[in-house]
Amino acid sequence: MKYTSQMVAKPYFIFALILLAGEILFGLLMGIQYIWGDFLFPLIPFNVLRMVHTNLLIVLLLFGFMGATYYLVPEETESELWSPKLAIITFWIFVVAGVLTILGYLFVPYATLTELTFNNLLPTMGREFLEQPLPTKVGIVLVVLSYLLNVSMTVLKGRKTVITTVLLTGLLGLAVFFLFAFYVPDNLIMDKFFWWFTVHLWVEATWELILGAILAFVLIKVTGVDREHIDKWLYLIIAMTMVSGILGTGHHFFYMGAPEYWLWIGSISSAVEPMPFLLMILFAFTMSRDRKIKHDNEMALTWAKGTAVMGFLGAGVWGFFHTLAPVNMYTHGTQLTAAHGHLSFYGAYIMIIFTVISYAMPILRGRPHGNSAKAQKVELASFWMMNSGMLGLTLALSAAGLVQIFDQRVGTNLIGFMESQESINGIYMVRAGFGLLVFAGLLTYFYSFFVKEEAQQA
Amino acid sequence: MSKTIKENYPVGDFAIWIIIYVELVTFGLLFLGYAFSRRSNIEMFNHSQLMLETTSGFINTLLLVTSSYFVVKAVTTIQNMTDNRREEFNKKASKWLLLAMLFGAGFLVNKIFEFSYIFGEGINLSTNKFFMFYLLLTGFHFMHVLLGSVILFNIFQKTRVYGYTLEDHKGIISGAAYWHMVDFLWIILFPLVYIIR
Repeated sequence: MKYTSQMVAKPYFIFALILLAGEILFGLLMGIQYIWGDFLFPLIPFNVLRMVHTNLLIVLLLFGFMGATYYLVPEETESELWSPKLAIITFWIFVVAGVLTILGYLFVPYATLTELTFNNLLPTMGREFLEQPLPTKVGIVLVVLSYLLNVSMTVLKGRKTVITTVLLTGLLGLAVFFLFAFYVPDNLIMDKFFWWFTVHLWVEATWELILGAILAFVLIKVTGVDREHIDKWLYLIIAMTMVSGILGTGHHFFYMGAPEYWLWIGSISSAVEPMPFLLMILFAFTMSRDRKIKHDNEMALTWAKGTAVMGFLGAGVWGFFHTLAPVNMYTHGTQLTAAHGHLSFYGAYIMIIFTVISYAMPILRGRPHGNSAKAQKVELASFWMMNSGMLGLTLALSAAGLVQIFDQRVGTNLIGFMESQESINGIYMVRAGFGLLVFAGLLTYFYSFFVKEEAQQA
Repeated sequence: MSKTIKENYPVGDFAIWIIIYVELVTFGLLFLGYAFSRRSNIEMFNHSQLMLETTSGFINTLLLVTSSYFVVKAVTTIQNMTDNRREEFNKKASKWLLLAMLFGAGFLVNKIFEFSYIFGEGINLSTNKFFMFYLLLTGFHFMHVLLGSVILFNIFQKTRVYGYTLEDHKGIISGAAYWHMVDFLWIILFPLVYIIR
């Protein structure tokens, strides 16, 4: 570690991992509810579990991005963080707000929660992924603003690099597009437009910039490849991301009352959306091939390459499966969507968090050469467990989606929703099994932190 | 000999070829979409097409092709540079590029007039499928001419500080390749949307 203020990243990383465990745990509970509908009834209904599952994901990614930023910005700008104290204060504010919100979801009926949190003053609640009560939303804005201030001030006083520029652009976008969460038009179609302006433009535009910047940073560190070389790749990736991602918003406007031209704009531009992810694979593997140093932390590079591959599969390939309008007419809102959602969030975003944690955490814990070989072996096992678990889960969900489509949408011999769900029950069991494998993988990953370091060879 | 060809292929920066490839695929999909939609609505397409001004489209074709010619002149000027006269050749190339940009600007201005006429008639993306494709295709292409002009301007700036040498002029070749793509797309777009009936 070159700068002492990088230490503030540590609590962010740890909390992100704790939230990830929570997210997977709630996912597992839902996986069981899919098989036995009465499970946990009436204690925690499915809709509450789902809300907790998705909200934990969003918050854990924000913690992860913040940790990554606080770690990499001092090194990139070659100066200490503007205010480490502010970073720690916002960390605790965010933790308290996050935990209170989740407890609110779990222990207060949602309708009562809206009344308790002044939703009547400015109605913002009830939209998928953006269910947070008004005070939490305002809290997120304040936390993100103070984080942006901290990062911008550091960047302004230090060295400017392509990585920090791309990262800051992404963060600025993250902040700006969240503001649409405060605007809920009465017209349902308009409501969907503005909702996607937050949701889509986060995950398919601005967050990809953050992902690209973190990936580029770790690759520079573990491969020793010239910055100029990496910068060019980064520019290419983000240019393609922005063009395809922004217009790609159109793939959410199919058959919902929006004008017909969105079918064309959405289909064609989102057909290009896998390209930046394909470039990311080329990027990671070319850099790895041309590497100038052999870093002792081999796991960091493994995670980096894994991010590129799984991101391409989840976001690129599984996204493309159902992004063309005529296909989407049949697949919309089936388990195929869930399959894509799971593998893309895991492959692109959870894995980039693992990548940066895998690289930075050993350094933050006083091991500049990475964890011991034994610990890395355990980590590699967790890498394969989580990846095969997620792939298996995705394949199972895709199969479930296909059954749903043929049960309910193709042909004339159609059956009802519950009947169709019953026919998928076996597949749901397979899915839950793979979910367990992912959770076991995560526990193995946690265990790798506690593997005792062997005596260093002199 | 064959080794040098391999080393110099593709010319310019490899990244620009990835961009060009993706652009061509994207426009290609739109062209196909246009062609297939036209098949099922030939009458409506032909009728709507009458509203387009082919003369101004033809002038724009000339402007863009000529502009591309000037870019070629700029590139060959740099490539024929003799070692000790870098400044002179860069200066010469910058003049060609200035001409290229002027003709590009001419295209943009002419196009703005065309758009203002079309919008003045109350036409928008929802008018019918012909105009949806017309606006999407020409609108996207307009933005590419705009971006291409910015790229040309950057190259122009570099020639003004005598930045290109015989050994290192990848930048101007990459920019030229992009500009030729823009003009190549127009050469397909113009007959397809304005003329073929």
